[in-house]
Amino acid sequence: MFDLANPKKFMDFSARLLPWISGAAVILLAIGLYLALFVAPPDYQQGESVRIMYVHVPAATLSMGVYAFMALASALALIMKHPLADMAAKAAAPIGAGFTFLALVTGSLWGKPMWGAWWAWDARLTSELVLLFLYFGYMAIWQAMEDPIKAARAAAVVALVGVVNLPVIKFSVNWWNTLHQPASLLRFEGPAIHPSMLWPLLVMFAAYGLFFAAVLILRMRMEILLRRARSLQLSQARARAS
Amino acid sequence: MSEFFQMGGYALYVWPCYLLSALVLGGLAFQSFRSYRAAEDKVRQFERRGRGGEDGQ
Repeated sequence: MFDLANPKKFMDFSARLLPWISGAAVILLAIGLYLALFVAPPDYQQGESVRIMYVHVPAATLSMGVYAFMALASALALIMKHPLADMAAKAAAPIGAGFTFLALVTGSLWGKPMWGAWWAWDARLTSELVLLFLYFGYMAIWQAMEDPIKAARAAAVVALVGVVNLPVIKFSVNWWNTLHQPASLLRFEGPAIHPSMLWPLLVMFAAYGLFFAAVLILRMRMEILLRRARSLQLSQARARAS
Repeated sequence: MSEFFQMGGYALYVWPCYLLSALVLGGLAFQSFRSYRAAEDKVRQFERRGRGGEDGQ
């Protein structure tokens, strides 16, 4: 009756997967927080303020990673017209916006004691703020357009256009003079960070990644249920009319 | 212990970061879970109504 063959398979599979991913996220978050607050040493220049890194860097990295995921899902949705792809992109957006917001605010709280300023209109900070507005714009399209098929197409186009901002954020610290420090992890020369700080950071990365996966699956399941509710409503209205 | 909370003089910057991260991530998870439950209820409601309609015919 409805084309739920694939969404149905997704519902069965995700129902079994979700408890494991959520549990792993909670456990890794607990370990990560313990390592970040109690085990990792203070920095020789930044002192204890370096502990902000363990919540700032994963949020900032995932703010871009989630956008890349959203754009990829949007591209798949436009090319293959697979309903799950639209739902994945739509479900990812608020999580990505949350990470972007956290990257900006924790960055600001880190910038004040280290640079002496809450905010600077430099390339890294400004392009990250643009990313937040891209997420808001993407979500506003879904909110504003009544027809879900048209909304999906318009939102996907916006998500794809916004991709140009990702390399700008990533390489802003190399292309322009900025207050923000350059990359310490993903560089050609290998990570420039001591293992005692690298490990807590990697655990927090994994925890944030699993958090994203868990909430993404939950929100995709919600989208599938809402779609099912809509088609039930439509077919009932049609049955009454005939 | 109080030394730990002082964060070497950076308490005013470190703790708000952790608190806000907990609030935003916890809020996202909570809001997502609640709207998931609401969607479940909606489907159940229409399924019940659909069955009721068939019985009446």
